[in-house]
Amino acid sequence: MNSEPSAVTTSGLTKDFGPNRALDGLDLNVRTGEVHGFLGPNGAGKTTTIRILLGLLRADSGEAHLLGGDPWRDATELHHRVAYVPGDVTLWPNLSGGEVIDLLGRLRGGLDQRRKDDLLRRFDLDPRKKARTYSKGNRQKVGLVAALAAEPELLVLDEPTSGLDPLMEETFRECVRQQRREGRTILLSSHILSEVEALCDRVTIVREGSAVESGTLAELRHLTRTSVSAELTTVPEGLAELPGVHKLEINGTHVRCEVDNPALDEVLRRLTTGGVRGLTSQPPTLEELFLRHYEQRPETTTREGASR
Amino acid sequence: MSTLRGTGTLVRLILRRDRVRIPVWIVGVAVFLLGSASTFPVAYDSAADRQARASLMDNPATVVLTGPGFGRQDYTYGAMLANEMGGMTAVLIALMSILLLVRHSRHEEESGRAELLRAGVVGRHAPLTAALVTVLGVNLALGAVIGSALPVVLPRVSTAGSLLFAAGLTMVGTVFTAVAAVTAQLVEHGRAASGVAAGLLAVSYALRGAGDLGDGTLSWFSPVGWAQRTRAYVDDTWWPLSLGVALTAVLIAGAFLLRTKRDEGAGLMRGRSGRVAASPLLSGPFALALRLQRGVLTGWTVGYVLFGAFVGAIGEQAAEFVAENEMARRYFSQAGAAGDSAETMIATYLSLMGMVAGGFALQSAGLLRAEESAGRVEPLLGGTPLSRSRWALSSLAATLLGSVLVMGGAGLGAGLVHAGISGDPDDAPRVLGAALAYLPAVWVLAGLATLLFGVLPALSGLSWLALAGIVFVGMFGPLLRLPDWASDISPFAHVPTLPTEEFASAPLLTLTATAVSLAAVGIAAYRRRDVV
Repeated sequence: MNSEPSAVTTSGLTKDFGPNRALDGLDLNVRTGEVHGFLGPNGAGKTTTIRILLGLLRADSGEAHLLGGDPWRDATELHHRVAYVPGDVTLWPNLSGGEVIDLLGRLRGGLDQRRKDDLLRRFDLDPRKKARTYSKGNRQKVGLVAALAAEPELLVLDEPTSGLDPLMEETFRECVRQQRREGRTILLSSHILSEVEALCDRVTIVREGSAVESGTLAELRHLTRTSVSAELTTVPEGLAELPGVHKLEINGTHVRCEVDNPALDEVLRRLTTGGVRGLTSQPPTLEELFLRHYEQRPETTTREGASR
Repeated sequence: MSTLRGTGTLVRLILRRDRVRIPVWIVGVAVFLLGSASTFPVAYDSAADRQARASLMDNPATVVLTGPGFGRQDYTYGAMLANEMGGMTAVLIALMSILLLVRHSRHEEESGRAELLRAGVVGRHAPLTAALVTVLGVNLALGAVIGSALPVVLPRVSTAGSLLFAAGLTMVGTVFTAVAAVTAQLVEHGRAASGVAAGLLAVSYALRGAGDLGDGTLSWFSPVGWAQRTRAYVDDTWWPLSLGVALTAVLIAGAFLLRTKRDEGAGLMRGRSGRVAASPLLSGPFALALRLQRGVLTGWTVGYVLFGAFVGAIGEQAAEFVAENEMARRYFSQAGAAGDSAETMIATYLSLMGMVAGGFALQSAGLLRAEESAGRVEPLLGGTPLSRSRWALSSLAATLLGSVLVMGGAGLGAGLVHAGISGDPDDAPRVLGAALAYLPAVWVLAGLATLLFGVLPALSGLSWLALAGIVFVGMFGPLLRLPDWASDISPFAHVPTLPTEEFASAPLLTLTATAVSLAAVGIAAYRRRDVV
């Protein structure tokens, strides 16, 4: 049904909860074999999208395909090939962590004990404790071990590291890289930008229920600004009037500014007329990318708007 | 005192959180008691009727179940109320107190919300004090409502007797508020804290039952016994209340002492570890559904086996009494039970147990909604190949199996003991069959719960309202002379009262078909709706 080798595609997905529009025409494309970052602040519609992809919610309109099937109609068959970690893992208070992991594994048709034991060790999780005594981070580990021990084609992780300590976060990253090497596709919803930057091949940024950016980090950066910092002999006139220059700061002979990438050539030419003694330029961090999308009004968040 | 800082604010927080729950408890208990009391003048209009009722109460089984029967010689409405309703109402109020106290003490600590408060300018003892103040206040308010309303509802009862009766009930509630305050310090989990306190309540009720049957000594070890020994309406005696007040004071002091000896969030007793891995039995949705209601199912089954055995044991005795007593026989034929054999008694009790087992069905079928609203089905339905219909059917299968165990337990308990007394081994399977005949009606309630779960998940609790209606119609319908159509709404009205009545398969098949249809519609709707 889809010529591109995509694990997940949605187009024009909408979902209303009463008067609130949670999704407003969301497009998402996760290619097979990639780690796809799904970025957005709280309430942007990430979890709603994931719940639709898992067949827990039914979209009001739009299309969604998951591993070539319909996530609502074919939920049961698809879930043999999908594993999921919710952002807030809730467990049965009177079952131990070990019991929950085994149960979830058996519902999938069994799980590899060696893999499970290895993960328990790596995440340093005591499986004997009753779920009600686990902290938030430990409950999250139970969900992670259960999902990572399964051997699915697609891993759906909804803010999976909330509550994990930095050491465990590193373990999580290793596990995700290993899963990727093993050929699995991973949809990683997150608002931890360093995590996305470290793990993801491609990123989709959502805002108020629709995707505002999608692509590799390099592509996204290309569409935006570069920070330029230069030490000059003399500061040339008219820098502020150049198109594409933002946040210009002149401090003696030191110049800092942000430049829209298409205008970079022109700005650098002008700077060299003042005699460049030192120059650093930095691509925008994901954080800057991300913040820019949320500082802007919705009508200016199209790609054309981004280069203004 | 700095350790009590913030108590007033916390009391207001509790009242705000429970602005629905507390009034519902007060109104619910008051309606239960006053509603039952209001049927007395209807059912027992003349003094002769009341004396007939009094002689009916004069048997060991009723004494164990209700009270010592003060004032049976002159069975006024007041004596009737105190004897027949006092014990049950005291238990209800004690349960209310336990649940409310634990909800606002140990549950708050367990959820971590108490920590949020304690980190602010809130004294160490403020949360427990606030919970105690509120729950004791609820008890006093309930006592005031009951005490002032009884003289209005019942003709010719004294104001002083009503006040004493209500004060006795409040005293029991107060004692168990304090008991729960202690158990909440001992264990880490709210459910265990209320469980231990409720267990002590059961022990104290059993003690007074044994005491009332014997020379009365054991009754003096039970707060419920103290309340009954105020002899309200018969020979108003106030001083036993002071025993309750003294015990409450000791227990509250003990609770605060224990509170200072433990850390926030910890209990004085440690919880046990669980299993490293799941047992091979825990391997599917049906096993999970059973595992999640293991405690509930064990409790109901054990309770029903014991109560069944008790019914089997008293059947013969009660029947002998009815046979010898003209007035009691008249009462029984009025209430709709024919014949005078032990089996009539057993059949009557089984019909009551069948209705109450509807509570098990609702609790068990309510698992689907409880798991959904706790967010725990999400990893099951979203992350594993488990389909919604398979999950719902597995849970219903657990309900089905559970209901067979519960009613089968009652039937076996009653049947074996009855057969042992009568000496006829054939009696056991006949009584067991009589108990199992209520299953289709029980399943209708499970079906109703499933229907609501699928169609109106947010209003799943309505099924309990239906059960309350069914029990009310079943117990008071004949007395209130309700029209047939009203009684016939209850699925239990259609079950033949075995073993005395003829067996009829048609109504049982119809009930089963109704249960299946309700559940089928519910599951079909569940498959189409969002997981919320």
